[in-house]
Amino acid sequence: MLKFTPDHEWLQIAGDVATVGITTHAAAQLGDLVFVELPEVGASFGKGDSAATVESVKAASDVYSPVAGEIVEVNEAIVSDPSLVNSDPQGAAWFFKIKLSDSSELDGLIDEAAYQELVA
Amino acid sequence: MDTASTLLNTPLHDLHLSLGARMVPFAGYSMPVQYPEGILKEHLHTRAAAGLFDVSHMGQVTLVPRSGRVEDAALALERLVPVDVLGIAPGRQRYGVFTNEAGGILDDLMIVNRGDHLFLVVNASRKHEDVAHLRAALSDVCDITLIEDHALIALQGPKAEAALAALWPEAAGMRFMDARPATLEGAACFVTRSGYSGEDGYEISVPADAAERLCRALLANPDVHPVGLGARDSLRLESGLCLYGNDIDEGISPVEAALEWAMQKVRRTDGARAGGFPGADRILGELQSGAQRRRIGLKTEGRAPVRGGVALFADAEGRQPVGTVTSGGFGPSVDAPVAMGLIDSAHAATGTALFAEVRGKYLPVTVCALPFIPARFKR
Repeated sequence: MLKFTPDHEWLQIAGDVATVGITTHAAAQLGDLVFVELPEVGASFGKGDSAATVESVKAASDVYSPVAGEIVEVNEAIVSDPSLVNSDPQGAAWFFKIKLSDSSELDGLIDEAAYQELVA
Repeated sequence: MDTASTLLNTPLHDLHLSLGARMVPFAGYSMPVQYPEGILKEHLHTRAAAGLFDVSHMGQVTLVPRSGRVEDAALALERLVPVDVLGIAPGRQRYGVFTNEAGGILDDLMIVNRGDHLFLVVNASRKHEDVAHLRAALSDVCDITLIEDHALIALQGPKAEAALAALWPEAAGMRFMDARPATLEGAACFVTRSGYSGEDGYEISVPADAAERLCRALLANPDVHPVGLGARDSLRLESGLCLYGNDIDEGISPVEAALEWAMQKVRRTDGARAGGFPGADRILGELQSGAQRRRIGLKTEGRAPVRGGVALFADAEGRQPVGTVTSGGFGPSVDAPVAMGLIDSAHAATGTALFAEVRGKYLPVTVCALPFIPARFKR
C-alpha cells in the first residue's frame, strides 16, 4: 500500500513496517543533494519528529517521521551517494524502514492522487 | 520579506523564464536561483567552461566630477573608503569597502576610473543606502547617479575570453581589472575583466533594451550556460570571496575581514594620504597591531556542510565559544563542505582544531587558508 504525506514523504506499507522516502516533487524542489544523515537503527520517533536530514548545495532540510515507531533498517546507499535521492527518489533512494507503533495513524495519510493534486 | 507583487524584475526576466529558471526573491528582485541544469552542474560548468550570470540587481553608480577632473572625484571618494582611489589609472578597476565611524563595513564595491568619471558597482541590498551616503558626503564635488537603465551581466570561466572575443576581439587583450567601453551586438556597453567566481571572466554593463539580445548571442555558444545565484554563491565561497551581510557587515572591520590587501599603503599610517576615511583610528590601529577577530577558512572532517550562523567552539563539549561560521555550504569543485568564519584571533592560525555545533553535535573542523580553489585570473 503506497501512501503520502503533505510533507512530501511516501510510505510503502507492508504489514506493520513502512518504508519511507521523499517524493519526486520534493527531490526536484531540494535540488542536487550532497549530504544525507539517517537515524540509528533502534531509534524511536513520534509522528512528525525530525528523523533524517538532507542537504543540498544551498540548504539543509528535515525529513519527518510520518508515523510513530521504531527504525528497523536504514538505506546506507543514499549516505554514500546522496545523488541517488535525486535520480530515484521513489525507488532505490528510500530512507528508512519504521515499525509502526500505532497503525491507526495510517488513516491520516493521503493517497497518490490526493498528493499529486496537492503539488499540482 | 518582499511579496511577489512588489518584487522588481531585471531586464532579463523574460529570458530567465524562457530558460526555465527557478525564480526566488533576492534583495527586492525576482532572481534566478538556478536553471534546469541545477546548482551543482552550473557551478562545475562555470569552472570548466563558462557561466553567464544576471547580476542586474546590483547597483551601478556614476560619480561625475563637476570640475571635469576625475582626480577630484577620486579624492572625494577617498573620504569614504580606505582605498587608493587616486591611484586607479584610467581604464582600471579596484576593489574597496565603504567604512563607518566604528570601523565596520557599510558595503563592498568595485571602483572603475572611466577617464572623466568614476563608475561604481555596489551590492543590491545596499545600493540605495550607498547612494544616499555618497550624496551626503560628496555632493560638493560630484553628481551621483544610480544607473537604472542598464543591465549587468557576468561571463565567468576559462572559456569566457573566447566566448566574448567571438563578439568583440578586443576582449582577449584585456587583463584582470581592466575596464573598457565596447560595442556588443550593436549596443554601447562597458566591460571589466573581473567577477565573483574566482575564475577569469568579465562583467558587462549593457543597455537594458539590448541585454537579452547580448545574452542570447553569448548563450548561442555551446560553452556558455546560464548560471543562477545558487552557483554564484558556491563559486564565490570556494574562492574565499566575502558576501555582504554574511562575511562582512557594519560590525566587522576590514582588518577582521582579512581585507588588508584592499587598503593600499598610501592610505595607511605614514602614507601620503593616510586616514581621512570613517573609522580610520580603529582600522589603522588594527593594521598595525592586528584585530581581535579574524575571517578564516574552515574545512570539515565529515561530509556534513557547516552553514552560516553555526557556533564555533575550541572544545568538543561546546564550553568555550570562539566565533561563528559566516558562510558555509558544499563546494562542488572541492567536492567537500567549505565554510568561512569569524573567530577570536587566538584561534585563527591555520591548522587550529575547532568544533562546529550542528544539530546538537560538535563536528570537528580545521582552520584553513583561503581560497579553497586557487583564483585563475588573467593578470
